[in-house]
Amino acid sequence: MTNASPTVPATGPIAPDAPPSWRAVRRRVLPGFGLTLGFTLAYLGLIILLPLAATVVKTLELSWSDFWSAVTAPRVLASYKLTFGASALAALFNVPCGLVLAWVLVRYDFPGRRLIDGLVDLPFALPTAVAGIALTGLFAKNGWFGSLLDPLGISVAYTPIGVWVALTFIGLPFVVRTVQPILEELEPELEEAAATLGATRLQTIRRVVVPALIPSVLTGFALAFARAIGEYGSVVFISGNMPMKTEITPLLIITKLEQYDYAGATALAVVMLIVSFVLLLLIQLVQRWFTAARQR
Amino acid sequence: MAGAVSTLSYVASPHRRRGLDDPRWLKGTLITIAVLFVAVFLVVPLAVVFAEGLKKGFGAYTAAIMEPDALAAVRLTLIAAAVAVPANLVFGVAAAWAIAKFEFPGRSFLTTLIDLPFAVSPVIAGLVYVLLFGAQGWWGPWLMEHDINIVFAVPGILLATIFVTVPFIARELIPLMQAQGPDEELAALTLGSGPFRTFLKVTLPNIKWGLFYGVILCNARAMGEFGAVSVVSGHIRGETNTIPLHVEILYNEYQIQASFAVASLLTLLALITLVIKSTIEWRHRKALQAAANSNLRQFAS
Repeated sequence: MTNASPTVPATGPIAPDAPPSWRAVRRRVLPGFGLTLGFTLAYLGLIILLPLAATVVKTLELSWSDFWSAVTAPRVLASYKLTFGASALAALFNVPCGLVLAWVLVRYDFPGRRLIDGLVDLPFALPTAVAGIALTGLFAKNGWFGSLLDPLGISVAYTPIGVWVALTFIGLPFVVRTVQPILEELEPELEEAAATLGATRLQTIRRVVVPALIPSVLTGFALAFARAIGEYGSVVFISGNMPMKTEITPLLIITKLEQYDYAGATALAVVMLIVSFVLLLLIQLVQRWFTAARQR
Repeated sequence: MAGAVSTLSYVASPHRRRGLDDPRWLKGTLITIAVLFVAVFLVVPLAVVFAEGLKKGFGAYTAAIMEPDALAAVRLTLIAAAVAVPANLVFGVAAAWAIAKFEFPGRSFLTTLIDLPFAVSPVIAGLVYVLLFGAQGWWGPWLMEHDINIVFAVPGILLATIFVTVPFIARELIPLMQAQGPDEELAALTLGSGPFRTFLKVTLPNIKWGLFYGVILCNARAMGEFGAVSVVSGHIRGETNTIPLHVEILYNEYQIQASFAVASLLTLLALITLVIKSTIEWRHRKALQAAANSNLRQFAS
């Protein structure tokens, strides 16, 4: 994706249109290529790749049937259902809310706009454990929100709804931050042209604005979803962690680890890693589709 | 997994367009929804941390923070950040230099690889080190023979913190340095400046705000990391507890007020981080604009 970038001119004696090759690299004028690339690869290898490889190798110690029964035990299946279900619902809820927030922040001027824009990143900056106890304190039966909801017969803390609340919190910035730059870039002429041609405001939104935003909304949704399935800190406090009911998969990994079931913990971790990588791939595909659509 | 999202955000002044203004009632409704959403999910949780922390008065608040185990946790958190941030700073500059200033095969793959820790659950980030260095791990027996503790000790906490914060600085610098290109450095070298001086006098001034921005975000995550550190820490009070872990222990022991008091330290850190972040975005818009544009381009391509 970066090879096509027009902002990186070829350096040194190579003709600008020469394809990059190892021979070309050796004739670089700028110093430090070998040093910095070598350090980068060694660092990534030691900190990230080697430990991840150890995880995969550890799983190979299990026979296929052991692996399968470890990742499909009823308690594990219940945790998938909660983790993926609550993550999807939280990311889904963040789509309309994120769209409204992005729209309001880009299009309208009102007091406190900058403050709200700054606050949107709070879930990125606030440690997840703090978010966890704060949300639990709010939604517990005697909390500020919990005491209002309790008479209505709604309990949030220590139920799957609590898991959804925590995952909504941590996924909040994603849709806003993916949609915002696209909305800012959207040429007003397009909407003006639609209006001139007799489209109502609603038609303009539906036919002009929404199609332009779809890829960024999908990306934001996928990022929020991916973040949510791996989330641990904000969920463990509010969920109550009851097996089969409010136990998320990352917590189950820790539980297995504490019981010295290393192989079982690793098998679950591998399942989660695979899901994360598939999501990462899907996000890249959406973005490729996005570029293709823009170039048309 | 903020992978593809630029953490840089800008709010341009709202476009004024005649004939495209939404009706007043619609504006009002949408602004109300946005403000309510932010208030319920962001502002009130912030407020509750301080309200609960100060519930038993200022004396109890300071007592919870000045308690020896809390101070030990603060010390360990500072150590973790003091190791992880510089390590990832050096890595970020090196990776950005290699990726942004040179062309080589596998460059975009390498960029994706740097973002990998965002895609991995923090719990797994901790687990991988237990599998390497734990008693049943690859090198566990050898480490035990030589009486070296990594997991359930400070080194494990440092490694887990480094793992989860690897991408922060690199991903701010790569697009910024890509947008700037190598021209200025080449000019400096042609004029006889040495490589080190070129970096200090030409490259560094160009990237300093992006660098600072990445450091601020990296630091916030390093000090606040919970899941990964929780797996490798062993939760030994006064020894392997960071601030987030201390918050958890207090909370689980029903010392709710003390737990929120200590948590308010982390909340202040988050607020300071957001203020610095927003200030850099507003003051140094131009210096970062190139990065934002190319982030956008990256996002779009």
